[in-house]
Amino acid sequence: MKGFSELYLTLDASNRKNEKLAALRNYFSVVPPEDGAWAVFFLIGNRLKRPIRMTDFRKWAGLACGQPAWLVDECYNHVGDLAETLALLLSERKRSIRAQDRPLHQVVQEDIIPLRELGLEEQRKRLESIWVHLDGSSCFIFNKLITGGFRVGVSQSLVATALAELANVEPAIMAHRLMGIWKPTPCAYKALFTGSHSEDQTAKPYPFCLSYPLDEIARSRLDTISKWQVEWKWDGIRAQLIKRGNEVILWSRGKEMLTDQFPEIVEEAASWSGSIVLDGELLAWDHDSPAPFSELQRRLGRKNVSVKMRNDVPVLFMSYDLLEFDGVDFRNKSTQERRSILQSWSSGISSRYFGISPLIEACSWEVVLRLREESRRRRVEGIMLKRKEAPYHSGRKKGDWWKWKVAPYTIDAIMIYAQLGHGRRAGLYTDYTFAVWNEDSLVPIAKAYSGLSDHDIRKVDRWIRQNTTDSHGPVRVLEPKQVFEIAFEGINESKRHKSGIAVRFPRILRWRKDKLPKDADSLKMVRSLLAVDS
Amino acid sequence: MLIGSSQQPLIKWTNRGLYCEKGDFYIDPCRRVDRALITHAHSDHARVGMKSYLTADAGVGILKERIGFDSSISGIPFGKHQRIGDVIVSFHPAGHLLGSAQIRVEHRGEVWVVTGDYKITHDISCEAFEPVRCHNLITEATFALPVYSWPDSQLVFEQINQWWLNNQSEGRCSVLFAYALGKAQRLLCGVDPSIGPIGVHGAVEKMLPYYRKAGRAIPEGIFKANAESKEKLKGVGLIIAPGSVQNTPWLRKFAPYSLAFASGWMAIRGARRRRALDRGFVISDHVDWKGILNTVDNTGAECVGVIHGYADALVRWLREERGLRAYEVSPKYAKDRPGEEAEK
Ligand SMILES: [Zn+2]
Repeated sequence: MKGFSELYLTLDASNRKNEKLAALRNYFSVVPPEDGAWAVFFLIGNRLKRPIRMTDFRKWAGLACGQPAWLVDECYNHVGDLAETLALLLSERKRSIRAQDRPLHQVVQEDIIPLRELGLEEQRKRLESIWVHLDGSSCFIFNKLITGGFRVGVSQSLVATALAELANVEPAIMAHRLMGIWKPTPCAYKALFTGSHSEDQTAKPYPFCLSYPLDEIARSRLDTISKWQVEWKWDGIRAQLIKRGNEVILWSRGKEMLTDQFPEIVEEAASWSGSIVLDGELLAWDHDSPAPFSELQRRLGRKNVSVKMRNDVPVLFMSYDLLEFDGVDFRNKSTQERRSILQSWSSGISSRYFGISPLIEACSWEVVLRLREESRRRRVEGIMLKRKEAPYHSGRKKGDWWKWKVAPYTIDAIMIYAQLGHGRRAGLYTDYTFAVWNEDSLVPIAKAYSGLSDHDIRKVDRWIRQNTTDSHGPVRVLEPKQVFEIAFEGINESKRHKSGIAVRFPRILRWRKDKLPKDADSLKMVRSLLAVDS
Repeated sequence: MLIGSSQQPLIKWTNRGLYCEKGDFYIDPCRRVDRALITHAHSDHARVGMKSYLTADAGVGILKERIGFDSSISGIPFGKHQRIGDVIVSFHPAGHLLGSAQIRVEHRGEVWVVTGDYKITHDISCEAFEPVRCHNLITEATFALPVYSWPDSQLVFEQINQWWLNNQSEGRCSVLFAYALGKAQRLLCGVDPSIGPIGVHGAVEKMLPYYRKAGRAIPEGIFKANAESKEKLKGVGLIIAPGSVQNTPWLRKFAPYSLAFASGWMAIRGARRRRALDRGFVISDHVDWKGILNTVDNTGAECVGVIHGYADALVRWLREERGLRAYEVSPKYAKDRPGEEAEK
């Protein structure tokens, strides 16, 4: 486990891609397959089912380190990471005891997974005996694995690149071998290197081709419009529909299997003849246009979709690319060619659950710009630009795919509450609540975490500490003095919010030091945006 | 005798800082006063503008360097008793940096000690902390949470040496951020100077003569890191500089480099990552959680005032787990947690 802990800490501490890559390579070049399989499992973002309840875990760790619960909480607030807090508190107790180094797969298979089957008291005893024998960093990693909060600053593609170098294959091939459901077995791990990768090929999605954001300046540098395929940018869930043989799989860009959440689409695709892999967008669909994203969310996180849900939230797979057809990989063909194959194939399909993202015919950038202004009314996020000559890239590659989103809404709001951040921002006040005027009082309108520079974050933190008027638990009530420009993507009525309004993806654009509180926007003004959005 | 509760406290918090009425003086005042007793020369304890300053003899030079040579600064040897008004005052080593002191105040047998910043771990760059028996202890609480538990500083120096060697093998300069007074000199006394050239920022260099004069083991051959000396440092050298130089043109002269920070805050991953550092070395000139509890025990104090940092947590712990009379010295938000700042 020590090797894996060291790998984690190196990945976590480093800001250099090459350093991370070297650390991964070094680790995988010596790790036995039993451990390598689990390392891959965690590094590409999988997590174990939580073997114990978090409240129990916290309580027992507190007991084990001999500190009262309130002090454990206080420490957690300060450190911002439960696993790390408990590791720091526990390490204090056992400096004298010799730590054992057990292999990662043993820790996972013999310590963590069987915990689930034990009674409460046995769970506690078992944990205590494990903690005693882990050194500081291994204890931290162990806690991370238990709490399921295992996240480290590497992308799946970086892991794939490191493994690809060791296996001496193209990164895209390794990325492909890694996709789908990863079974953490020595066989699966060895197969990564031999490529003797068998039946479960049917489930393998392709790495998504990702786009870069485009602004007006970058747009003006693009060449003539005739080189570009222009589409709407849909506001749903990016997914691949994979149909090989009789099996159909929906695999999201967020690396989730969504097959169960969209049964009508899966049933429909199962009836097609031959095999095909499509790239597209899952959307909630309302007659002839997309429904708000919040509708689509009702479908997610469910095991089964009821008939009522099917009726309440009709859905559609809006297809925009074809990656594989009858077993042939089409990704190296040009966007234009893939599109024409997609179109001719789809002419034989007629279904209310399936659509083809229409091409926007525009003879000039001016026309595209004008159409882009209609995005909100059409309930799309903006425009997609795809170079007609380009292949379907693996991952993010600048230059061929652009997302040109419509400008966000912006309002000026006053910071009224602050809370300590977590993770990277632990110990700093970085979680803010903003309010707008409703007559003479302030009503909360949005929470935002991101958008400020590190420099400003520190300055705001200092200001918060000096301008707290009251505190409720971890929440500080602030002097309503500082105005910030807040951007957000969408706005909806909401009964759950005091303001009657919910905004989507709020973030801070700027600290408006030039504005006084009275200059902030009113709820009335914010409500007027509702009309535009719906 | 009841100490510190029913009668007027000997030392109390005012908006100018800690005040002793019986002696009519302030300890580390934050606004202009006539008579200031100074624990140590860090800017959050020693401020300009006081009519007179009194500090430990061993700290006079550094305090003058900081406050100004024309200020009225006098010194007193460690341990020597001096009457001020109705009280007897003495200064005792705090182990925080060269010449740093705790201040003991006695009035008719009632003894109070203000620790200032202090540490009890080994440090050859300054006088060792000396526990002082007292009735009422006012302790700092910068790192008063049990997640802070300092590793052996010798191990940390080995880590620093190793990091420096690794950087050399990659052709990178090693830039180590540290507070310019105290921490920087402690590091200079602890690293292995045979590894390569050592350059320091001007703010660090300015303080070296005081350490040398006091016989502290600052290695020979340390020079100012600047445009003239950059070629000597590039790829092989160690540079010790305050954290404020991160992202400045001064620092970019020495690229490529690896950035590290030496501070107690580095015990927490979040603090390390936030600053975009390559490494964080856990070495502090403040006392850790256990150190505070040991100090409370060793002084025999029945009543403990807590100031700076995680005061509320420590106060509650001392009350509930130790049954001591403990209180927060300053109002809740008067001086807040140090958060992101480099420790002083
Ligand atoms: Zn200090």
